[in-house]
Amino acid sequence: MQTAQTDGVRFQPASDQSLLIYFGQQISPVAHLRVRKLLRLLERKPIAGVRNLNPAYCSILVSFDALRLTHVELEEILRGHIHRLDAMRIPKGRELKIPTCYGGEFGPDLNEVANFHGLAPAQVIELHASVTYTVYFLGFVPGFAYLGELPQALATPRLDSPRRSTPPGSVGIAGNQTGVYPFASPGGWRLIGRTPIAMFRPARKAMSFLAIGDRVRFTPISTARFAALERA
Amino acid sequence: MSTIEIHAPGLMTTVQDLGRQGFGPIGVSPSGAADPISLRLGNRLVGNEENAAGLEMMLLGGTFVFPQGAIVALTGSDFGAMLDDVRVDVGASVHVHPAQTLRMGPTTSGARCCLCVQGGIIVKPFLGSASTHILSGLGGFEGRPLRKGDVLPIGRGVKRFRKRVISPQASENFSQRKSLRVTPGPQADWFSESSLRAFCAGTYRIGEQSNRMGLRLEGAAVTQNSEREMISEGVSLGAIQVPPGGSPIILFVEQQTTGGYPKIANVISADLHRVGQLRPRDEIRFEQVTFDAARSLLVEQEKLLASRELILE
Repeated sequence: MQTAQTDGVRFQPASDQSLLIYFGQQISPVAHLRVRKLLRLLERKPIAGVRNLNPAYCSILVSFDALRLTHVELEEILRGHIHRLDAMRIPKGRELKIPTCYGGEFGPDLNEVANFHGLAPAQVIELHASVTYTVYFLGFVPGFAYLGELPQALATPRLDSPRRSTPPGSVGIAGNQTGVYPFASPGGWRLIGRTPIAMFRPARKAMSFLAIGDRVRFTPISTARFAALERA
Repeated sequence: MSTIEIHAPGLMTTVQDLGRQGFGPIGVSPSGAADPISLRLGNRLVGNEENAAGLEMMLLGGTFVFPQGAIVALTGSDFGAMLDDVRVDVGASVHVHPAQTLRMGPTTSGARCCLCVQGGIIVKPFLGSASTHILSGLGGFEGRPLRKGDVLPIGRGVKRFRKRVISPQASENFSQRKSLRVTPGPQADWFSESSLRAFCAGTYRIGEQSNRMGLRLEGAAVTQNSEREMISEGVSLGAIQVPPGGSPIILFVEQQTTGGYPKIANVISADLHRVGQLRPRDEIRFEQVTFDAARSLLVEQEKLLASRELILE
């Protein structure tokens, strides 16, 4: 029987060895919860022949061994899983803090973001640190968390030309998202600060500091505190 | 323990196996050999499992010394290798005696050459794989391309030397790099019919800025026909994404795991190894096939790889 919750689910082959499953076409808490549930189900009870999972805002890309599965077979198995999502319980995300030193050399775009919105830099900091963000998913590079939603008053377009290299720990904003660059990588997000926290720690069991579903707040710190935390 | 000494690293030489699968949920892409078929064949020539770690060289090869000797094979593109003063063929096992020097130069064909060693290159695995992930500095040897003076351990080789050669027909079959077959991308319908036709009819040049993360394509701009706003989603290996400027990018082994640009097409699995052999300034064309055809081509390729006639002893 088709339940109301299977409505809005769409399957789309992405390549000859991957299938996208969409939960609607917009970023929403409902879609996010369904992504988390299906991801958890697929991680706990892996489907034979599935190689990799890439969760995102309202979709999961499922990569598979094309010698063992077809799109049609995989879709059928996934449809069975989707029926079970409503009854699934999922633990609440952790509450975490990201100490951040805003502006100066750590946040080279802070003043421009302030000017763009007609705000003072201090107001941008206050707004950015005023809300609790949800980790929608990890992607792009190891340990990069897509955090939302940014207060509407701070929504800012990406840089016209991306930086070739963004220092690790940089806190950026783009559209209504915010995030922290774990590694020196190219990036088009506007940088407003930097955290001394390592976002990806390969020596630990949980390598990524943040996990999908976590709740995150940024807390402003001084450059002295940044240096102290970096040494610790 | 046997070792390989790096006397000259070449342009970009990294330790690679067939990559790490299953870590998309924490943003880690598979990485692995850019031309996995060459790595698989090279490992078979020296008597290894197909997934053993080897060295992947790009455009310009290195100079290596094996103080204790080794059984090695070079596969993929021909980098003009010499063992002391004797020419070494690509696609054949070679017995290297203690203290002999294997020296390579610039490529005379495609972008990459694989050096496989009996026993495999031994590094500390990261997430179950020896592959180097350059951007994050993880995996491989110290998470980076090799440098002059590096010394890497080699696993214990237990098999006697046997001369093995890849059949010329098979080599020919795997070395084509004029075209890539593609299936429609998840946003193919965001592009106009004429744009799609132009993409498949046109010739694209591989840009200088290409690397293991992605290959930039220069040629006819591909224009979008949609006002829809793209929401970031998972991107598959070989996805061809089109940023607003209209210059397509093929996402490759060390790709970002998610992205926000629409994908017009995706290179089929059976042709991904060709992507690893494309050099900057190479010219390629795209040919669209169905998902069924792509699957048949993969089955056919695996059949060829499993056939007895592939490697001659």
